Amino acid sequence: MYAFDIARPTTLDEAKAAIAAGGQALSGGQTLIPTLKARLAMPETLVSLHGIADLKGVSTDSAGRICVKGATVHRAVAEAVADSFPALSYLASRIGDPAVRNRGTIGGSVANNDPSACYPAAVLACDATVCTDRREIAADDYFQGMFTTALEEDEIVTEVKFPVPQAAAYEKFIQPASRFPLVAVFVARFADGVRVAITGASESGVFRWSAAEEALSANFTPDALDGLSVDADGMIGDLHGSKDYRAHLCGVMAKRAVARAV
Amino acid sequence: MPKDSGIGASSKRREDIRFLTGTGKYTDDINIHGQLYVHFLRADVAHAKLNGVDTAEAAAMPGVVRIFTGADFEAVGSIPCGWQITDRHGQPMQEPRHPVLAHGKIRHVGEPVAAVVAETRAQARDAAEAIVLDYDELPAVVDMKAAVAEGATKVHDELTSNLCYDWGFVEENKAATDAAFEAAAHVTTLELVNNRLVANPMEPRVAVGEYDRADDMHTLHTTSQNPHVIRLLMGAFVLGIPEHKLRVVAPDVGGGFGTKIFHYQEEAFCTFAAKALNRPVKWTSTRSEAFMSDAHGRDHVSKIQLALDADNNFTAIRTETYANMGAYLSTFAPSVPTWLHGTLMAGNYKTPLVYVNVKAVFTNTVPVDAYRGAGRPEATYQLERVIDMAARELGVDPVALRRQNYITQFPYATPVAVEYDTGDYNATMDKLTEIADFAGFDARRKESEARGKLRGLGVNSYIEACGIAPSNLVGQLGARAGLYDAATVRVNATGSISVMVGAHSHGQGHETSFPQVISEMIGIPEDQIDIVHGDTSKIPFGMGTYGSRSLAVCGSAMVRAAEKVINKAKKIAAHLLEASEGDIELKDGTFSVAGTDKSVAWGDVTLAAYVPHNYPLTDIEPGLEETAFYDPANFTYPAGAYACEVELDPETGHVKIERFSAADDFGNVINPMIVSGQVHGGIAQGIGQALLENCAYDADGQLISASYMDYAMPRADDLPFYSVDHSCQTPCTHNPLGVKGCGEAGAIGSPPSVVNAVIDAIQSGGMNVAHIDMPLTPSRVWAAMHAARTDAA
Ligand SMILES: Cc1cc2nc3c(=O)[nH]c(=O)nc-3n(C[C@H](O)[C@H](O)[C@H](O)COP(=O)(O)OP(=O)(O)OC[C@H]3O[C@@H](n4cnc5c(N)ncnc54)[C@H](O)[C@@H]3O)c2cc1C
Repeated sequence: MYAFDIARPTTLDEAKAAIAAGGQALSGGQTLIPTLKARLAMPETLVSLHGIADLKGVSTDSAGRICVKGATVHRAVAEAVADSFPALSYLASRIGDPAVRNRGTIGGSVANNDPSACYPAAVLACDATVCTDRREIAADDYFQGMFTTALEEDEIVTEVKFPVPQAAAYEKFIQPASRFPLVAVFVARFADGVRVAITGASESGVFRWSAAEEALSANFTPDALDGLSVDADGMIGDLHGSKDYRAHLCGVMAKRAVARAV
Repeated sequence: MPKDSGIGASSKRREDIRFLTGTGKYTDDINIHGQLYVHFLRADVAHAKLNGVDTAEAAAMPGVVRIFTGADFEAVGSIPCGWQITDRHGQPMQEPRHPVLAHGKIRHVGEPVAAVVAETRAQARDAAEAIVLDYDELPAVVDMKAAVAEGATKVHDELTSNLCYDWGFVEENKAATDAAFEAAAHVTTLELVNNRLVANPMEPRVAVGEYDRADDMHTLHTTSQNPHVIRLLMGAFVLGIPEHKLRVVAPDVGGGFGTKIFHYQEEAFCTFAAKALNRPVKWTSTRSEAFMSDAHGRDHVSKIQLALDADNNFTAIRTETYANMGAYLSTFAPSVPTWLHGTLMAGNYKTPLVYVNVKAVFTNTVPVDAYRGAGRPEATYQLERVIDMAARELGVDPVALRRQNYITQFPYATPVAVEYDTGDYNATMDKLTEIADFAGFDARRKESEARGKLRGLGVNSYIEACGIAPSNLVGQLGARAGLYDAATVRVNATGSISVMVGAHSHGQGHETSFPQVISEMIGIPEDQIDIVHGDTSKIPFGMGTYGSRSLAVCGSAMVRAAEKVINKAKKIAAHLLEASEGDIELKDGTFSVAGTDKSVAWGDVTLAAYVPHNYPLTDIEPGLEETAFYDPANFTYPAGAYACEVELDPETGHVKIERFSAADDFGNVINPMIVSGQVHGGIAQGIGQALLENCAYDADGQLISASYMDYAMPRADDLPFYSVDHSCQTPCTHNPLGVKGCGEAGAIGSPPSVVNAVIDAIQSGGMNVAHIDMPLTPSRVWAAMHAARTDAA
């Protein structure tokens, strides 16, 4: 890596100031540090969010939403919502390995928006709200394609608020080397309908499978997905799976998620 | 009762105390006062004409001491190749120059083009980014068959083509083999790929060069499986340093798997630069560099045919293999697809005719060389896959077909030039039948099917040639060195023993198992005996550790040296006991006179050897230290039978290994626990190859699986608990310990049974899939099933 300075603010305001002055947010570092080691980025100043107590923790708001602060590590989420939102707990507990889960954070994950990241599927399927240091962004507006989000250059993800579904499940089929999702599906059923979000599969990043949502909103059983398929066009095709394979897995994983959720 | 020490005891690995508590001393732990760091600028294109390397700006950067380029090494030798293969027409293989730093041409991604030596590692790396390469990209030669087609771009302009050699074995068998195919009742043909692998030892390579101007002494600390081989290759062929002025030290080494046998440019560079700059020079590979600079393994594309008569007896085997050499010939590379592969193509079977053709090909990829098993996995995989396929085509039981064709009489001279001294293939298959519980398979399959899964059982035999190697034989075959080994048994005055061995231990547990042998021979406790290895200044000589040779070859040298020690000690004991030497017996660390109660302890005899007050000085010298060199009379032939049981998810193509069983015949076993561990590790790597690992290049010669994000290593949860057994023992007939070697068996024996099991599972689901190339990733398995379903529809 190249040499850089590090700022260790203890309040959000200090962090905002440091980032506004040209610093880059460093949260768990599980994505950013490998990038630096490979000399693929050259930030002058990293602004660690680690010491900001206000950016950590999980709570429930008056609307019953589960609110995860931006710098909360995956392991803490897995533990905190084990009873209140088992599908989210399961998702968090399957990210990477223990070392990754003890450092990596939800804020870093949704800010990075890796097309194979886990959290974006939950955020999108639950119609969660991404809160930043300056506004609240609905999930449908937030994810804008591979590694692209609605965030402005110096915007900080402070919290993600998840409405808790009546039933939900996350099914992750791993890419054998990285163990990120090759295809993973988050299915969430709410009083007003079902949302299905798929990560790992598409060249445009996390996406909603609307045909499946319609079918499942009418009939929340795996069979409801019979005959539905995702178009292979626009899927990722690489060493680990062709476009066709990924499109096929979308259907299989969605069915399995529904089977687990009901 | 299992023994608690000596031969046959599962003594705990004493070296693990330091490995598991982080107190091992690895090459990267060596830091010498005044040390500089080198960073290699590596090519990021596969093939290019290199017009120039502009170092002006980089040389002026902070901390930079000197930047070397290919021009600095023009007068330096080529990185040598240790084998010379003679082709079908009696011609020597084509052997290109292998420069320390690329000069005039870039031939693979990762090839070092310039070396920046600086005060710190970061400074060296910073400066490397300021170097400007002037090059014209050339078309990359990646596909082997295209590489040897008419008019293909040449990797080496000075060679006539990209064909290193076209080898026929045994050429005299060819016509008879072809005739046997004409006459066959059934012929099974299979084309397959033995996938390219990256060895990925836990410790990346490191080299530290040192030079002492006062006595013109060079020292290289390096991550090597064989320091004497590096001294020989680098000293004699590359840098021209005589042996007595070059010391090579390989301290604790964190795994090798073959890839640390070879002499690499970085070692020569650090040794050379240390003298040029008169300061120590250190290089530590990053994991990313390791992917593109450690020699890769396997990478064969083969067609194998099996001919059978009307009674299903094998009558002939014929193979045609393209073997990737990569851009240059690494140390052992040409021998892997030939002498380590062709000679094993008879397998465990009494097929009278075998003909093997191998075309070794240069491509713009990282050099390919020996990786755990080296050539023997490639032979076993072809053979054991084609036999399984034949059994399916003929509708016969694959185990019965194997048994029917097993060699049962020993010694057995194969049609591919080797003589198996001993073995009992039915015994290991019987044992496998029991430990793998073949009888319970149908019930387990039904249980899987009830859950919507498919279950398959795959079986194979294997044989390997280990204990490498009889020097006179391999000399005829093109080895440029002898492959004996050496040991010195140094008995100290108080009776404890240091054994200096040529075999290097980098995970094999020699520090535990070798003393067990000496302890057994003399009858003193194992903790009285230590092994010294890995330093050319401390050990007599040694060709190192590979080819499952350490115990069979170096252990035999140690036994010979210990025998000499015991013989001398008996003379001393006879003198002390005033008896005749012939009546002296050594048991449990005590010399006694046969038929009397007179005795003297081991320690009193050794003390007398060093304090020779009452000593037969006129007959023998004082001291008690002996050296022996041992050159094996033949290879050893470990063999066995393996079974894999998989559960397959027909919707996703995901394969889960449910059971894996291995019945091996390693001859005599010194430490059963260590042997089991070796088999476990080998199976993990075999399963890795079969299901996960895939070193892939794109058409431009870019390595697309260049990190763990894309190169899948087996993890604990990819593997089942194994059932391994080595109770079937037909001791080797020609070495003093009757041992055969166990280091590679797991990696050789496991891939075919995994693939056989997956094919079995798929076919049990009614899909007509005859073969899938490794690694059997979910996407490949699904694609094969999907195609079969579509065809059927
Ligand atoms: C071995 C390994 C396996 C992994 N497996 C998985 C997996 O299976 N599934 C999965 O989803 N992920 C996986 N990850 C990624 C992991 O979850 C990361 O933790 C996560 O993607 C990034 O979070 P972080 O806190 O580490 O962010 P960092 O690496 O610190 O930052 C990532 C990026 O986000 C920015 N950033 C960080 N925090 C904020 C914020 N609050 N506001 C705005 N921008 C911010 C940074 O500036 C940087 O650009 C894996 C990582 C590793 C190393």
